[in-house]
Amino acid sequence: MAAVSSGTATVTLPTDEQILITREFDAPKHLVWKAWTTPELVKRWWHANRGEMTVCEIDLRVGGSWRYVMVTPDGFEVGFHGEYREIVQNDRLVSTEVYEGIPDAEEHAAIDILTLTEVGERTILAVLVEHPTKEGRDAHINSGMEAGMQDAMDLLEGVASSLR
Amino acid sequence: MARAATTADAFNAVAEPRRRQILDVLAGGERPVNDLVRTLGLAQPQVSKHLRVLREVGAVDVRDEGRQRLYRVNGHALKPIHDWVKDYERTWSERFDELDVVLEELKEKEAGDGSSE
Repeated sequence: MAAVSSGTATVTLPTDEQILITREFDAPKHLVWKAWTTPELVKRWWHANRGEMTVCEIDLRVGGSWRYVMVTPDGFEVGFHGEYREIVQNDRLVSTEVYEGIPDAEEHAAIDILTLTEVGERTILAVLVEHPTKEGRDAHINSGMEAGMQDAMDLLEGVASSLR
Repeated sequence: MARAATTADAFNAVAEPRRRQILDVLAGGERPVNDLVRTLGLAQPQVSKHLRVLREVGAVDVRDEGRQRLYRVNGHALKPIHDWVKDYERTWSERFDELDVVLEELKEKEAGDGSSE
């Protein structure tokens, strides 16, 4: 896949249940892995400038749990947690992801699959988020808008002129 | 789970696969209903029903030309969906920009240590 814009994340929706996030990094994969799985390091990037990470727990073993909490400047708190299912150091990390801000959160757990692929000195990172059911997906996104998003995106490329 | 009516907004309107197909076809240009029926292989009442939902949320516009009703996509109504994905993408982009900084440091540190795995 050609990197159209290596500096930004690319979000696509392969199926109605999935979200795929990809990005290329100018670093070998063992360093990307380290930055992804070391709490002190995760705390420095995961916030995305939208707040401060107050909790970052990573128990990196199969069956071990993780929990991230961020507080925004206006006091809004968002928490996520899950459990590690599969760990292949520097290559692949499979975990569950529960968004704590919805009712019956555990039932709506998604599966996150991180894949790191080294290309020369660079690393292609891919995170595939899989929602188990339509209901889970709907609750996560809050209105079922995720369905057909990619179609809508593709479509909008085609009708971009009408947006101007 | 209580759900909003299908016609509540563009997000729900495009959650239906057939309606997305209709939008895909219309993205190629204005079409009469008969064309859509033929292209999609659906019965006309079905197509008309989907078109009605799409019209109610403003995702498609219609105009009469002679004896035909012509449908076309209205991009403005679909923009919230586009914005939603863009917003999600933006969050991840900013997250990864911060990760770039961390990785630069790790690289320098590793080079300084003279060690590599």
